[in-house]
Amino acid sequence: MARRVTTRAKLTNTIIAWFVGLTIFFPILWTFLTSFKTEGDAVAIPPKFLDFHWTLENYIQVNDRSDYLLHFWNSVVISVGSTLIGLAIAIPAAWAMAFVPGKRTKDVLMWMLSTKMMPAVGVLVPIYLMFKNTGLLDTRIGLVIILTLIDLPIIVWMLFTYFKEIPGEILEAARMDGATLRSEILYVLTPMAIPGIASTFLLNVILAWNEAFWTLLLTAANAAPLTAFIASFSAPEGLFYAKLSAASTMAIAPILILGWFSQKQLVRGLTFGAVK
Amino acid sequence: MTSTLRALFGACAVAALATVASAETTITVATVNNGDMIRMQKLMPDFYAEHPDIKVNWVTLEENVLRQKVTTDIATHGGQYDVMTIGTYEVPIWAKQGWLTSLNDLPASYDVNDLLPAIRKGLSYDGKLYASPFYGESSFIMYRKDLMKKAGMTMPEAPTWSFVRKAADAMTDKAKGIYGICLRGKAGWGENMAFLTAMSNSFGARWFDMKWKPQFDTKPWHDTLSFYVDMMKKDGPPGASNNGFNENLALFQQGKCGMWIDATVAGSFVTGKDSKVANEVGFALAPNKEGIAKHANWLWSWALAIPTGTKHAAAAKTFIDWATSKHYLDLVASKDGWANVPPGTRTSLYENQKYLDAAPFAKLTLKSMQLADPTHPTVDPVPYVGVQFVAIPEFQGMATAIGQQFSAAVAGTTSVDTALKNAQAIATREMKKAGYLK
Repeated sequence: MARRVTTRAKLTNTIIAWFVGLTIFFPILWTFLTSFKTEGDAVAIPPKFLDFHWTLENYIQVNDRSDYLLHFWNSVVISVGSTLIGLAIAIPAAWAMAFVPGKRTKDVLMWMLSTKMMPAVGVLVPIYLMFKNTGLLDTRIGLVIILTLIDLPIIVWMLFTYFKEIPGEILEAARMDGATLRSEILYVLTPMAIPGIASTFLLNVILAWNEAFWTLLLTAANAAPLTAFIASFSAPEGLFYAKLSAASTMAIAPILILGWFSQKQLVRGLTFGAVK
Repeated sequence: MTSTLRALFGACAVAALATVASAETTITVATVNNGDMIRMQKLMPDFYAEHPDIKVNWVTLEENVLRQKVTTDIATHGGQYDVMTIGTYEVPIWAKQGWLTSLNDLPASYDVNDLLPAIRKGLSYDGKLYASPFYGESSFIMYRKDLMKKAGMTMPEAPTWSFVRKAADAMTDKAKGIYGICLRGKAGWGENMAFLTAMSNSFGARWFDMKWKPQFDTKPWHDTLSFYVDMMKKDGPPGASNNGFNENLALFQQGKCGMWIDATVAGSFVTGKDSKVANEVGFALAPNKEGIAKHANWLWSWALAIPTGTKHAAAAKTFIDWATSKHYLDLVASKDGWANVPPGTRTSLYENQKYLDAAPFAKLTLKSMQLADPTHPTVDPVPYVGVQFVAIPEFQGMATAIGQQFSAAVAGTTSVDTALKNAQAIATREMKKAGYLK
């Protein structure tokens, strides 16, 4: 029997949902508004919400000082590249663990996840030295490799839980029809798991886009993504809040737009599999 | 060989020669995000006109991110940067490790003797200059002349802490949102600990005795912290334990602070176009306790240094020579006016009447910098160098942890006695771990 929802309960839930949503969104809105203020208005006491002198000066200065397109392109290459390579490795790995589990599959999964528990700074010097010796410092390839390795456990976990939802009998039927392992993964499993793969892809692009430890420390002038672009406008001695807000708005805008257009897939993927 | 092929090879040879002839050296400069360095990037056409064979790539970052990056790079000999922007804290430590190239062979036109003695001392190790300053600062009092007058008091050039507390009490009007004193309270070795270490010098305190034993259990430290906490609780703004330079700058510019003791660089900000109280600002030396010669002012410089092992040391030196020269100061003055010239590096700047006329805080900045002595920062002798820091690698982590204790005391979540007891325990543990104490 379906549960009856009263109008009053609906209204209350809607108000609570809007309140929570607006509270979460407020910092982004404030950053956006501050990006159109003068530095003086940005620190005004009491704060000015909409009643201030609107200006595009911060965007002009930010563009004047930095090569936004270079940073943007680096972010795209690094986040999309690392996620695609991660998926290429994770799909067969998750297939094996979901459909041909061994005695230690659960332990392997836990071990993979445990690598995420180590503080990144603990391996900074060895990784920096490896990058230096292999000429990978300040290269996009270097960052794609490190971000692939960092996000791989998450990708495998997410795909594993999606694959577990798919009946193994379908794959068995494909094998009965003479499908090779490659065909089974490529033409049977992957199309069925497209929603899961899509949401894993989107979530990992966002994770890689926002990664600010390795992308800041392993780059200099050539491969620095948008995280370095933002960091160049922050200062502990000097009020640059309006310029910093303009830089932040420019850095998060692409990923925000991507998230906006793909929110259906994201929600579907997230509620379908791993993070139920 | 056909004539076409010959012509092709010939063209290739000419192109190759042309490439060699126009070969340029690219250097990467890591620097902080501040007004002076941003201006320098805009003035690069002047450098390129003089040195068309050198190209400069800039990596501009927030100073804490920059510090982490350049420290990792220099410690691993990563070689990502040819010129690094570092401060007076790093220079003696890195020079001792052999990580920096000496700048003693800069051309005569650089005029090393023109550098302010205190800054030169802070950037030297074993008598050799290891970094060239492009900006220097001390700290002083910025105060509201109108509020001081209303309180019926006159700020002397060198006030004592007692006077400052009396003035803060008199200027505070919480109903109108005016607070007598704004000081750093945010935890961090470069935040509240920079201020409190300098303040402790003016109370006769020190971090360590000559045997590296921590001194937070002594009376001078107790006097320092209890004075600071009492004054902040009575006359400071709400939430003072979260305030750093920027928060206090915003408060002062909005007319909420009677006095603010902080970096001399703020002098141009509080008298600039974004300040609502620009015409009411006066300056005075950082205070001292009656009978103690040391004042509570610090000494800091951002300077350009060359890591050892760079493949472009000659080009890097050429760049540093240009960026920190007297010619560069003239260049900034000609483009943006004397008020925008990077302060605190050269004696000749403070003998220039045009600069003194454009910067009302210049004389006190110079006096403050002359008062600071990084090699003798305290009343009692100490085994370390540094006014608002201790130039040892362990200082950053230790001072930040102690800064959290002192910040908690301002917030009222711990007492002065407990904060000092914990500070003593933290410092003792770290110094034992590092091998200074047995």
